[in-house]
Amino acid sequence: MNNLVNIKIDGNKYQVEAGKNLVDAAKENGIYIPTLCHFHNQDHALGTCRICTVIVNGKTTTSCTTKVNEGIEVEINTPELIDTRKAIIEMLFAEGNHFCPSCEKSGNCDLQNLAYDMGITVTRFPHVYSNKVVDFNSDRMIMESNRCILCMRCVEEVKTDEGKNIFSFVKRGINTRVQIDYEEEKKLTQSEAMHAMNLCPVGAILVKGMVYKEPFGDRKYDLVGKEKEAARKENFVKKGANNKFIVATTSLAGCFGCHMSLLDIDTDIVDVLEIVEFNKSPLTDIKKFSKRCDVGLIEGGCANSENIEVLKEFRKKCDILIAFGECAIMGGIPAMRNFVPLKECLEEAYINGLTSEIGANIIPNHEDIPKLLNNVYPCNEIVKIDYYIPGCPPDANHIWKVVKNILLNEEYSITHEEFKYD
Amino acid sequence: MNILWDIQKKRRCISRDDMTKISKAFNISRIELEGVISFYHFYHLKHAGKYTIYLNNSIISKYKDFYRVKKAFEKEIGIKTGHVTKDGLFGLFETSCIGLSDQETSALINFNAFTNLTPEKVKTLISKLRQGESLESLSNFPENNIQYTPEENKTVFFKPYHQGNALKKIIGIEPDSVIDLIKASKLSGRGGAFFPTGLKWQFCRDNKSDQKYIICNADEGEPGTFKDRVLMNEHPGLLIEGMTIAGYAVGATEGTIYLRAEYFYLKNKLEKTIKKFLEKGLLGKNILGIEGFDFNLNIHMGAGAYVCGEETALIASMEGKRGEPTTKEFFPVEKGYLGKPTVVNNVETLCAAARILEMGLDNYLAIGTKATPGTKLMSVSGDCNKPGIYEIEWGMKLKYFLDLIEAKDPHFILFNGFSGECLSSQDFDREISGENLLAEHIQFQLNDPIEYARKMSAVGLRSGGAFMIFDKTRDLLPILKNITDFFVAESCGICVPCRTGNFLLNKKLHKIKLCHADKNDLEEIKEWCSIIKQSSRCGLGKTSTNCLLTAMLKFPEEFNKCLLAESDINQAFNLEKAVDNYDKIINEIETTYE
Repeated sequence: MNNLVNIKIDGNKYQVEAGKNLVDAAKENGIYIPTLCHFHNQDHALGTCRICTVIVNGKTTTSCTTKVNEGIEVEINTPELIDTRKAIIEMLFAEGNHFCPSCEKSGNCDLQNLAYDMGITVTRFPHVYSNKVVDFNSDRMIMESNRCILCMRCVEEVKTDEGKNIFSFVKRGINTRVQIDYEEEKKLTQSEAMHAMNLCPVGAILVKGMVYKEPFGDRKYDLVGKEKEAARKENFVKKGANNKFIVATTSLAGCFGCHMSLLDIDTDIVDVLEIVEFNKSPLTDIKKFSKRCDVGLIEGGCANSENIEVLKEFRKKCDILIAFGECAIMGGIPAMRNFVPLKECLEEAYINGLTSEIGANIIPNHEDIPKLLNNVYPCNEIVKIDYYIPGCPPDANHIWKVVKNILLNEEYSITHEEFKYD
Repeated sequence: MNILWDIQKKRRCISRDDMTKISKAFNISRIELEGVISFYHFYHLKHAGKYTIYLNNSIISKYKDFYRVKKAFEKEIGIKTGHVTKDGLFGLFETSCIGLSDQETSALINFNAFTNLTPEKVKTLISKLRQGESLESLSNFPENNIQYTPEENKTVFFKPYHQGNALKKIIGIEPDSVIDLIKASKLSGRGGAFFPTGLKWQFCRDNKSDQKYIICNADEGEPGTFKDRVLMNEHPGLLIEGMTIAGYAVGATEGTIYLRAEYFYLKNKLEKTIKKFLEKGLLGKNILGIEGFDFNLNIHMGAGAYVCGEETALIASMEGKRGEPTTKEFFPVEKGYLGKPTVVNNVETLCAAARILEMGLDNYLAIGTKATPGTKLMSVSGDCNKPGIYEIEWGMKLKYFLDLIEAKDPHFILFNGFSGECLSSQDFDREISGENLLAEHIQFQLNDPIEYARKMSAVGLRSGGAFMIFDKTRDLLPILKNITDFFVAESCGICVPCRTGNFLLNKKLHKIKLCHADKNDLEEIKEWCSIIKQSSRCGLGKTSTNCLLTAMLKFPEEFNKCLLAESDINQAFNLEKAVDNYDKIINEIETTYE
């Protein structure tokens, strides 16, 4: 106890017991270093979660694996490190499938706590959508891999009397999972099983029938996205000669359902026509662009060479391109043929199909007929798309609201009901 | 692990029954064993075919003939990659670099090497195998391809070798003096980490223990490196002497060569050499008649995990565990294999140590530069006329080296393999040496190309040995994509920055490749790279983004040309390509109709 050393943390001097790990040493002096894999009374550090990353003598390392010794200089709360820690937590959220509202551990979860603590409302990383299983096979336990953060606590700590592992990592890389050994798990006493559940920093290890024994912690909800503003294009409002906005529309590989929806606003169409003039569009039957347009509305994806041509033409002639409807956004129904070789599609349609004449052996082709593409593409694979309006079809009011918002450079205000389609 | 290998080889898979038996025998739980098996990609839980084919999918292979060869394999044996034929005769899999980059496209079939493959060769090969010809007679033992060595008195590795010459020098020298000698030679870890070898030996010597170990790291997994393969094939004895000397110096009596599974074909030769040494009294008890100087050697086979080149992961793997790097709470020289002090050295390092004793310190120091005396082995592959192994004196200018390998029109170089860095023409005046090095975190923080040129021009290029060169016809992005593919596959999965970070970077690169990305994506890549670099647990994660970062610094135009903002039309979309199936079908139909 009397073996004290001097260390420096964020510029301040402290005296701590030699050989202690940095997390505990800092804690004794009232300095908090966030940790996730590290837990109380641990024999040796795991160093798996990387949240306690700090800078020791100019080098980044984890504080749970750092033993304090004389003269070390530690930086804990530099803006960069704080952000790195936050990023790691965000990455864990992106990697797993975490649904706090339905989780038994919610309110009592280290990951959730840290996320609140760091003020995380949304992860900066795209979701990984990893395929993980919930393993109910064990007699007593549930292994919920969706929530597992692979901290290794259970692997290292929970063993049978013979010293055999109950939990183990399997596979590697992005596919690494923790799995239970069913046979060995049976040998645990009930209290040991409960210990395993409580050891888990998240809700991945659950003992059947025992999960609600402990009351929920307090759940706090925060209001998200209040200050967040959608991106708006500056100075975009230009009006045509007769003071109207010019809009073009087209249907590529779509069913015209979205266009039907366009017309579905009844008499409101009159209001629309007051500020909008249609150029090339099936609605006006104007086949070729006669002037530059403010907005182009695209229905449907690209299935043939003509679609591509039209789409590129739209990009050239329109200032803002909006893809509306699922087919334009992600290929939709026509894209289902991407799973079948093109040859089979054509043969089914023109040769072997029920409706084709017996003995048919020609697949229509002519230099004037557009060529089918190998795959059906969503529009954004071909040209840059500025805005997307999802739905199949999107609601008429919704479409016009978006168009109006864009044209008038107004703030978006679409209520939840308007884009909820179930 | 050796037991697992026996089962895998005999039965072509490790079944549940086998697992239960093994786990009982070793008194571990079945799931722990499954964890070990599923960590290594050469172990299969399902039948892997009587002939298990591993085709190399690294970028050098891809730029040679990979796609056609792969297609040929798939056609000849009638299955897709990743599957096994119904009769269980063939299994076709992809694997990362197998250390034959100078002889691509290459594959391993039951760990026999097949180099310079072409679709035609594949066809005859498969039909001969079907007829029952033996695999051994069909395989071609990889060539050494030693392209260049300096003049005789300046050569360290590839000169005539005489058994025992190096080892005999220790007679009459104290172990401490051997360590001092190695320290004075400034020899440092040639695997690429460049830790001073003498110091490592010193630490190990100073840790008192009843048992110590010497491990030779022959898990040459860095894509594009194959120097250790050639070195072990050319002078296996030199390696053994190097290990014995190390054993003498630190007081270890046991040595292990951790040989990567991809080099199974070298095992025989190494074993024979060990036997010869035993017969001559150069291994075993009282070596060279020195009382109490015992040293024994064995070979441990890896099973396909890049991360096992990291020394703590390698030791874990030898202990029969998952090859996960430790937290470095203790270094191997303190608590290594089985908790005993252990020295882990690269093949080249150990061979160099033997040569230093043999040729004498002064002769060695006369070669190379001040900070890095001696010579370096370089594994050269890619777009040049003379791929292969080069032994060069440290201090050679990069542009002379490019002339030497007859690289036409070099555009970018992957220096040090996938965890190394990307070099461009502005680096060609730098020399290959360990002079004037900058701390790594400074080097990778440079954001401005001009500042980079100013700061780095005098800085030496220190290399672990991989040298992959690409000319102007090659696109940078597929190369970088291949690199992140590799790290996604090889990350051990223990820490999230490396496990998921690399996965996300891979997705990002894919997005850029498809021309869906904008400037923000590039900024995000930079940010994510530094997060991965800062917080990863071991060297694999820390270095996994080096290539990407340096490539972004040096070739911004390669990235920018794919960005969305530059153009409203997606450049990657090619109408002709997108309709070629249709054209083909119509063509076919028309010809049959006529």
